Amino acid sequence: MTAALEINNLHVNIGENRILKGINLQVNQGEIHALMGPNGSGKSTLAYTLAGHPSYEPSAGQVTFNGQDLLEMEADERSRSGLFLAFQYPVAVPGVTVAKFLRQAINSRRKAENPEDKGMPIPEFRRLLREKMDILGIDQKFAGRYLNEGFSGGEKKRAEILQMAMLEPKIAIMDETDSGLDIDALRIVAEGAVRLHEINQMGVLVITHYQRILNYINPDQVHIMLDGRIVESGGPELALHLEENGYDWLREKYGMTEVA
Amino acid sequence: MAELLPFSRDAVVQLSASLNEPQWMLDLRLEAWEIFASLPIPTTQQEAWRRTDIRRFKLDSFGVSLNGNGAGNGAVPSYLGEQLTDDAAGGVLVEVNGIVSEYILSDELQAQGVIFTDMHTAVREHGELVRRYFMTQAVRADEGKFAALHGAFWRGGVFLYVPRNVVAAAPLHSALWATSGRTFTHTLVVLDTNSEATFIDEYASPAKGEGQALHNGAIELIVGDGANLRYASLQDFGSNVWQFNHESGRVGRDGKLDWITSVMGTRLTKAFQTSELDAPGAWARMSGIFFTNGRQHVDLDTQQNHNAADTTSDLLYKGALKDGSRSVWQGMIKALPGSQRIDGFQANRNLMLDKTSRADSIPGLEIQADDVRCTHASTIGKLDQEEIFYLMSRGIPRPDATRMVIQGFFDPVMQRIPFEGVRTRIFDRILEKIG
Repeated sequence: MTAALEINNLHVNIGENRILKGINLQVNQGEIHALMGPNGSGKSTLAYTLAGHPSYEPSAGQVTFNGQDLLEMEADERSRSGLFLAFQYPVAVPGVTVAKFLRQAINSRRKAENPEDKGMPIPEFRRLLREKMDILGIDQKFAGRYLNEGFSGGEKKRAEILQMAMLEPKIAIMDETDSGLDIDALRIVAEGAVRLHEINQMGVLVITHYQRILNYINPDQVHIMLDGRIVESGGPELALHLEENGYDWLREKYGMTEVA
Repeated sequence: MAELLPFSRDAVVQLSASLNEPQWMLDLRLEAWEIFASLPIPTTQQEAWRRTDIRRFKLDSFGVSLNGNGAGNGAVPSYLGEQLTDDAAGGVLVEVNGIVSEYILSDELQAQGVIFTDMHTAVREHGELVRRYFMTQAVRADEGKFAALHGAFWRGGVFLYVPRNVVAAAPLHSALWATSGRTFTHTLVVLDTNSEATFIDEYASPAKGEGQALHNGAIELIVGDGANLRYASLQDFGSNVWQFNHESGRVGRDGKLDWITSVMGTRLTKAFQTSELDAPGAWARMSGIFFTNGRQHVDLDTQQNHNAADTTSDLLYKGALKDGSRSVWQGMIKALPGSQRIDGFQANRNLMLDKTSRADSIPGLEIQADDVRCTHASTIGKLDQEEIFYLMSRGIPRPDATRMVIQGFFDPVMQRIPFEGVRTRIFDRILEKIG
């Protein structure tokens, strides 16, 4: 059975502010969707809400993942059920190495499936990690560094994709993974995601400002978000249109004034 | 139940006689007794005790037992004295209430002239050597009420001596198991010129005991010129123990002291820990780990004394607190006039696991030289919920994510402990406390 992420009429407030005002979106396993929109349109709020961040409490709407009520699940359960968020701003966790963290993440999955599981044997884990690091062009020394601590912007993004490669999600949300990456790093990161899409039929929701990453990850569908709503959906040509014309025509079309 | 003598001059005389001690040790004890008798019980009026109130502690209810404080009561838990280092220990000494219950010293170390024995045997058989160092150079009876109490009534403990140019390759390991409610152990380590040793010193008592218990210990670490000592004291007393310790290391020219302290147990701990860097090239690293919960109160008073030029000290103490427990760290780096080109560092970092616990962190510098590099850092932080969320977002359940963040907090100081077994021992205890 292929997995699906179905978002229906999702509303999210942060404090007094209504950020998401009724999002409808479906991403199936095997599909690539792009979600584009200007700053402040609510893209990252959507990402954090889907990942289960405790500060983002939906006020209305439903989200189902593989037919289960995603909003009822804790962040860790969402991850174990196959949803992945590549963070725009990954958090540094001092004192916890990349290797230790990934091993714990993998073993948490195994243990959830089988409480008797003793964890992935260390040699097997090391082999897997080395293989994925090679593919993503990540130095082996990386494994011994504290997670995201002192990482450059590019290293953080690569580390996110490494996690994705290790955890093999059914559907991944990539939140501005392209920001702060030079063109070579962008290519490596994007190709890493595409490979997972091709091999595992991973579904992808690429959240981005720019068309640039979509040159490497070709979306089946492009959605445009404005002021907490998805206002347009279409094929790849929509992204190209945005690239050429910016967002102003949309603001005019939907009666929004430019945010200063 | 062992018969108790109240603290008195007569009790000092009887204790010394019962241990068949030489006159010089009796004299030392009596001198300490006079100091003890002359000093009031510390109160919060004194700067060093300002944050540690011991009015609830009934010192007068304690006393001295001549027959070993009830040694032999209860079996020693099997984990004590268990191998914690990669290499098998070259010497193991387990004491119950200050009386030896297990003792091994390898032929190799014996052949090298290494002395590793209980403190009373050392006083009898190596009197001249012990006399030179015992409470004369590192810890002194006149440092305070509890240093004096210890000097008068010390019992049990360990003596380690490594002769000149000898490398004791296999680590030494001692463990004290306390069930009697009163222990006064003395650790004296003497590393002669260019010698080297690793010593793990464990202290423990049943997790819960009745009434108040007292541990009044002293630790003296003498590191000769060019010598290298790795010393770890791992304390895990029960929640009824009140611990008052004086601990001091002296480091000679080009000597190295790598000193690890783990404080897990007790109702209250007040420890004075001092590194004295006495000659150029002396180096001391002090690494502390503490975790308080329940009604615990831990007060660690550290000093890094740069008594000579070109000396280095580096202190890192990390603690976590929960259940409304309390910690105090008060650190001082001192440099005497003329102690130029010294490098002194101190950092204390505290992790609050709830809102009701309290940590005080008071760094201090007293520098009388001008060409120095002395820095300090102190932080008190909460568990970072963003870190926990990030770990959870990769499928790690909240309790495991929380543990990882706490473990991560301690990792920089754990990395200073070169023994997997010691790290595991400490961290298992931390996990237990996290619950």
